[in-house]
Amino acid sequence: MATQHSRSAARLMMAPAVILLLGWMLVPLMMTLWFSFRKYLPLRGGDQGFVGFDNFVRFITSSAFWPSVQTTLVIVGGVLLITIVLGVLLAILLDQPMWGQGVVRILVIAPFFVMPTVSALVWKNMFMDPVNGLFAHLWKAFGAEPIVWLSDASLFSIILIVSWQWLPFATLILLTAIQSLDSEQLEAAEMDGAPVFSRFVYIVLPHLSRAITIVILIQTIFLLSVFAEIFVTTGGAFGTRTLTYLIYQRVLESQNVGLGSAGGVYAIILANIVAAFLMRIVGKNLDA
Amino acid sequence: MARAVTNRRKSVNTILAWIVGLVIFFPILWTILTSFKTEAQAISSPPVFLFFDWTLENYGVVQERSDYMRFLWNSVIIAGGSTLIGVIIAVPAAWSMAFVPSRRTKDILLWMLSTKMLPAVGVLYPIYLMFIRLGLLDTRTGLVIVVMLINLPIIVWMLYTYFREIPVDILEAARMDGASLKEEILHVLTPMAVPGIASTLLLNFILAWNEAFWTLNLTAAKAAPLTAFIASYSSPEGLFFAKLSAASTMAIAPILILGWFSQKQLVRGLTFGAVK
Amino acid sequence: MGRIVLDKVSKRFGDVEVIPPLDLTIEDGEFAVFVGPSGCGKSTLLRLIAGLEDVSGGNIAIDGSDATMVPPAKRGLAMVFQSYALYPHMSVRKNIAFPLKMAKMDQAEIDRRVANAASVLNLADYIDRRPGQLSGGQRQRVAIGRAIVREPAAFLFDEPLSNLDAALRVGMRLEISELHERLKTTMVYVTHDQVEAMTMADKIVVLRAGNIEQVGSPLELYHTPRNVFVAGFIGSPKMNLIDGAEAAKHDAHIIGVRPEHIDVTPSGGIWSGKVGVAEHLGSDTFFHVHDTGLAETITVRAPGEVSFRHGDAIHLTPRADAIHRFDAQGLRIA
Repeated sequence: MATQHSRSAARLMMAPAVILLLGWMLVPLMMTLWFSFRKYLPLRGGDQGFVGFDNFVRFITSSAFWPSVQTTLVIVGGVLLITIVLGVLLAILLDQPMWGQGVVRILVIAPFFVMPTVSALVWKNMFMDPVNGLFAHLWKAFGAEPIVWLSDASLFSIILIVSWQWLPFATLILLTAIQSLDSEQLEAAEMDGAPVFSRFVYIVLPHLSRAITIVILIQTIFLLSVFAEIFVTTGGAFGTRTLTYLIYQRVLESQNVGLGSAGGVYAIILANIVAAFLMRIVGKNLDA
Repeated sequence: MARAVTNRRKSVNTILAWIVGLVIFFPILWTILTSFKTEAQAISSPPVFLFFDWTLENYGVVQERSDYMRFLWNSVIIAGGSTLIGVIIAVPAAWSMAFVPSRRTKDILLWMLSTKMLPAVGVLYPIYLMFIRLGLLDTRTGLVIVVMLINLPIIVWMLYTYFREIPVDILEAARMDGASLKEEILHVLTPMAVPGIASTLLLNFILAWNEAFWTLNLTAAKAAPLTAFIASYSSPEGLFFAKLSAASTMAIAPILILGWFSQKQLVRGLTFGAVK
Repeated sequence: MGRIVLDKVSKRFGDVEVIPPLDLTIEDGEFAVFVGPSGCGKSTLLRLIAGLEDVSGGNIAIDGSDATMVPPAKRGLAMVFQSYALYPHMSVRKNIAFPLKMAKMDQAEIDRRVANAASVLNLADYIDRRPGQLSGGQRQRVAIGRAIVREPAAFLFDEPLSNLDAALRVGMRLEISELHERLKTTMVYVTHDQVEAMTMADKIVVLRAGNIEQVGSPLELYHTPRNVFVAGFIGSPKMNLIDGAEAAKHDAHIIGVRPEHIDVTPSGGIWSGKVGVAEHLGSDTFFHVHDTGLAETITVRAPGEVSFRHGDAIHLTPRADAIHRFDAQGLRIA
C-alpha cells in the first residue's frame, strides 16, 4: 500500500512527532555538553568561560563520586535481585489455579500505581519511623530496640521502598511470559519423568530468560534515575546519594552547573550503554 | 489443556496467594485505614487495626489547610493535557509507521524509544534554564509540554503496536471503495482502533500522573501537582500521620482505580512489545 | 466498460525488479486469471491495476483513458481481498453500503442497491450481523456484495477462495463464475491454484518471476504449452517431464506426457516399471511408477477399475499425438 501519494502523506504526518522529539533530545543535550566544558556558577559569577575537561576530571575525582557510583550500583543491584527473585516466585504462584485470582492480581499490582512521593512518604513515616512506625511497634513487641531505618539502614530502606514499587512490574511481565508457556511442554517433561524442581530449572526458567532480561534492562534504566524516593526520605544523606542525586545537588543545590553537566554527560553515557542492549532486543522483535 | 486440580491444592494456592497479595497491598491498605483515624489513634501503641473511631475529619483538614483541590486540578490538567496532546500528535505518526512502513521506520521508532532512556537529570539544567527564559517555570503549560514529550515515545509506540494489528487489507479495501485518506482514518481506522487508543490514553495518563522528577523540579506553588503536594509533607511538622494518610489516599485513589483497568496495557506499554 | 491495457508496466521494490516491463490487454467482459507459484508477482500485478501500488514504469489504461496516476478510489474498480477485508465494526448492511456512501449516493438508491445485492447473494438473513458473527463463506459473499453494488468497470479478486475449506471453495467457484455470466463485467482474478484458473478463466495469464510465460485460453494452455514451465504448471496431476536419451529419440531436449495420455497394460508397452503408490479415487486411479529409467517417478492416470498393486510390473504406452517436445531452452518445438 505504498504509493507515492501515501508515502508523502506519511512523511508529513510523522513530522510533528519526529521534530518535537528531535528538539527535545538535541537542544538540552547540546546545552549540557556546552555547559560541561565551562565554569558556570549562576549565583557566583555566572559563566566564567571555557575550562576544557576540568569539570569531567573534577566530577570523577571528587570524594563524592565513587561512593555515589557504589550507592547507585547497590540500589540498582539490590532492587533487581529482590524484584526478579520474588517476581519469578510470585508469577509462578499467581499462575496456579486458585479462587479470587483476579483480586489477588490487583492487590499485587497496586503498588506500581502509587506515585513515588506517596510511597516514599508512607514508608518513611508509617513504617520506618523509629517512634511511631509500624516496624518500631513490631520490634518493641518482641522486646527489641527499634531501628532508625532511614539513617542506620538507609540504603536497605531505600532498596525496600523501591523494590516494593517495582515488584508488581516484574511480576506482571514474568506472569505474562509464564502464561505463554505451552503447558504441553510441561506435561511432556512430566511424562519424561522430570520432577517439579527439574521442570522449573530446565523448562520454566529458560522460557523466562528473555522476559527476565527485559525486566532487568527496563528496570535498570528507570532505577538509574530513581529520584523522588531519595528526595523525600533521606535527601541524599546517610550514604544514599546516587549518581543521579549527586548531579541534581551539583546543579540545583550548589548551583555548579558546569560540574553537574559533566556528571550529566556521564549519566547519559551510562544510560546509553544499557539502552543499547534493550534496543537490540526490541529491534529484533520488530522484525518478527 | 488445563488439568483438573484437586481442591486441596487449589485451597493451598489460594491461601498462599492471598497472604502474599495482602502483604504487598498492606502499605496501601494501612494508609487508607489510617486516614480515617484521629491523629492520636494513628500513632497509638499498640497500633489499632480496624477498631477505632472512624472519622472523615482528616480529609476536611487536608483540603482546608493545603487547598488540595488546586493540586488535584493541576494534576488533572498536566496528566490529561499532556496525554491528550501526545495522542493527537502520535496518531498520525503511528499511522504512518504502521501502514506506510519504509526502511527507516524501524530506526525512527527505536530512536524515539531511546529518547525515553535519556536520564532526566542529565538535561535538568538546560530545561530549567529554558523554562526560566520562556517564563514557563511553575506553569501548567510548561509541565504539560515536558510531560507530553517524555511520554510521547511510549504513546507512539503503543499506538503503533495497536495499529499494526489492524490488517492493511481493510484500509486498502476502504481506498478501493472510494474513501479519501481522511475518510479512511475517520470511518475505518479510528473506530477499529478505539480500544487501543483508549488503553494508550489510560496508561499514559497514569504515567503522567505519577511523574515525579520534572513535576518536583519545575514547579513551586502555582502549578504544583499532587506529587509535589505530597512531597511537601516530608518536612517534619509533628504528628500528622492521619492527615498524611488522607492526603496520600486522595492522591492515589483515582489512579489506583484507573490502574486496575489497565493491567494488560501495562505490559505492552512498558516493555515496548518485547514481552507478549 | 472495462478494457484494461497494461503498456510496458514494470515494478521495482528498491533495487529488486519484481515485474520487468510487460504488456497485457484484458478485454471488456473477459474473465482473466493470473496464475503462478507464490512470489511470481501475480498479486503485485493486481495491486498495480488497483492502484494500491505505484508502477515503476509504463502505463495502465482503463477504458481507453490513462489511469496510471489515478488514485485507487477514482479508478472505478472493485476489489475482493484474500482476507475479505470486511469492516469489523460495521454490520453487513453498512459494509455493503460503504462504497456507495463514499460516493455520496442518496440513501434511497443505497438502500435499493444493498437490498438487491443481498438478495442476489443470499445475504438477507444476516444483513444486520457483524462480520465477526459470520462463517467464512458468508464473509466471502459480503465481500463480493460490497464489490458488486458499485457496479465497477472491473472486479479484482486477490486469491478470494484460499481461506475457505475445500467443499466451500468449489461452491464459491461456481457462484463467481455464474456472477460473471450474469454481470458480464470484466474480472481479474489472482490465484495460485491452477484448477481455479482452468475452470473459471476465459483467459489465463501464467506468471513466473514477474514475467508472463504464456497467455491463452485454458485449453490452449493445456494443449500447447509454450514452454516447460507452463507445461508443468497447468494440468493435474502434473505432466511427466522426461529428458535424456528418451527425449533425444523424439529430437527434443525434454519431452512431456500428461498422466492421462499414457495407457497402461500388464505387458508389452513402450516403457516398463514398477508400481509404487496407487491412489484409487473410484473414477480414476493414479499410479506412481518407479524404475522406468526415464525419471524418478512417472505418474499415470488410468480408469478406476484398472488394478495394479504395489510392486507389480507395469507397462506404459504414451499416445504418440500427445507428446510435447521442448528444446534446450525449454521452449516448445512445434
